[in-house]
Amino acid sequence: MSLPPGTLFLLAAALLFAIGAHGLVTCRHLLRKVLALNVTTTGVFLLLVTLGRSGTGVDPVPHAMVLTGIVVALSTTAVALGLIVRLERRQP
Amino acid sequence: MSLPATATLVVILVTLPLAAATLLFASGRQPRTLTLAAALLLTFAALALGGNVYLEGVSVHAIGGWAAPLGIHWQVTPAGTVMLVATALVGLAGAVYGAGYFLHRPGPDGRMARVFMPLWLFAWGGLNALFVAADLFNLYVALEVLTLASVALVALSARRMALQAAMRYLLAGLFGSVIYLLGVALLYGQYGVLDFATLTAMLDPEDPGSRAGAVALTVGLLIKAAIFPLHFWLPGAHGRAEPPVSAMLSGLVVAAAFYLLLRLWFGPLAEMLSFGVGVLFGALGAGALFWGGMLALLQRRLKMLVAYSTVSQFGFAMLVFPLAGGDHRGTVFVGGTLLLANHALAKAALFLAAGTLVRASGSDRIGTLVGFAGRAHWAWLAVILASAALIGMPPTLGFSAKWLLLQAAVADGAWVWLGVMLGGTLLTFAYLGRLLELALLDPAPGPSPPPPLTAALLLPALLLALLACLAGLWAMDVEAIARLESGT
Repeated sequence: MSLPPGTLFLLAAALLFAIGAHGLVTCRHLLRKVLALNVTTTGVFLLLVTLGRSGTGVDPVPHAMVLTGIVVALSTTAVALGLIVRLERRQP
Repeated sequence: MSLPATATLVVILVTLPLAAATLLFASGRQPRTLTLAAALLLTFAALALGGNVYLEGVSVHAIGGWAAPLGIHWQVTPAGTVMLVATALVGLAGAVYGAGYFLHRPGPDGRMARVFMPLWLFAWGGLNALFVAADLFNLYVALEVLTLASVALVALSARRMALQAAMRYLLAGLFGSVIYLLGVALLYGQYGVLDFATLTAMLDPEDPGSRAGAVALTVGLLIKAAIFPLHFWLPGAHGRAEPPVSAMLSGLVVAAAFYLLLRLWFGPLAEMLSFGVGVLFGALGAGALFWGGMLALLQRRLKMLVAYSTVSQFGFAMLVFPLAGGDHRGTVFVGGTLLLANHALAKAALFLAAGTLVRASGSDRIGTLVGFAGRAHWAWLAVILASAALIGMPPTLGFSAKWLLLQAAVADGAWVWLGVMLGGTLLTFAYLGRLLELALLDPAPGPSPPPPLTAALLLPALLLALLACLAGLWAMDVEAIARLESGT
């Protein structure tokens, strides 16, 4: 039995999303939570890129979305890390 | 006025706040006059846009002349314009209040004022972009701009509790965004389009992939709109932020996520809004209404009471979904939009007035609040007017909104939802009434000498509350309602 093309990537995307979501809920350290969130986002990015690959060629729109998404993820991670640093400095 | 004017106004509304915020941030000087000028210009643009839309109805703008599906559309709808105007009013009031609030605080708060204004404009720009966007991915970007600005605004208050609340808010908000993006990806995988109009035409309500996408979009937005039981992040973030920040977060940022939910389920996803889905949404709403209301009733701190009231009021807003299944979809959509606008004005007024009262009393415990003493009575007047609008007494905007929803409920014979609405209104009356009773019948003396309360700390809240009351007179006009409905 042969799997349809892209199945492996879709499974990997689902796995990444699940790992990230699990980490976000179970990890206690804030840094780990932020990393888990990034893993989740990567899962969604992988899904988008996979969906953009059809039999006839590559759809550029999901790539543009992922590029924008990476910029957004970078900014949000930077804000999260900045906030963690400020919180640690105020540790009683 | 003709269409180009509308296009120009939309460009101003989206780009001016972002450009001004970046400039102010880079200049790093005391930017009060510049911010206030930008805020005035934005308010004028939103009001002019409101006039245009009232006369001309919906207009669509292809950015850079690129048509959908490849290009990006801005869509100015009557409902979106109501939200843009509410944003402008709250934005202006908050900017004036913020200028006065951070002025009289010595020490590191000078830095606070410098950072507050750019962040305020960033959030304002994010809101404007969100209310004119008409495709799923642009909305994602607007939501992220808004989340980042909001989190930074909460973190302005450098107290440890506020920072913790900001962190929880950030994680919840980002997780909501990721789930929303998952929904975008799933729908794009099915149909290869992002813009609302094309998606509405193509969507197959029976397709499992589309259903999964709809669930993901909805869950993401439910987290961002703090709908029970996903509201856990809201009371801390809204209750512990500085007062003008709480006003924008509670009045507008939550409403923006909810407005998006409204647009999705009355637009592209409308075919999927079956009886069961409506009941599920209604049940979440009823849960929020009573859980938030009960906790508001139990709070001992003023700002926490107002924060829990937001959880409760958005439960009320969720009741539009079970009512949308009947023959009065248009009326229900307008009712929902007006409910959001009323909440934006009244809740912002309540938070601003609460900030003034806390400063006048030196503590935010309800038992220690000053009464009608001195100039604090102007703040109490704002609280009373805003409470009337939130409860929905005639002739406030809250009354008009609830009246439209009640009419739809009676016409459809939806007695259960009618009962929930009346119960929720009574509960709102109970917790706001308790606040007024505790504070005014047994007022505390307050610190002596009393801290100075400038006009900037009193007028914005009062004017917002007055507007929430007076806008109800406009919204009772049948023609106005019909024009709002034309955009659904």
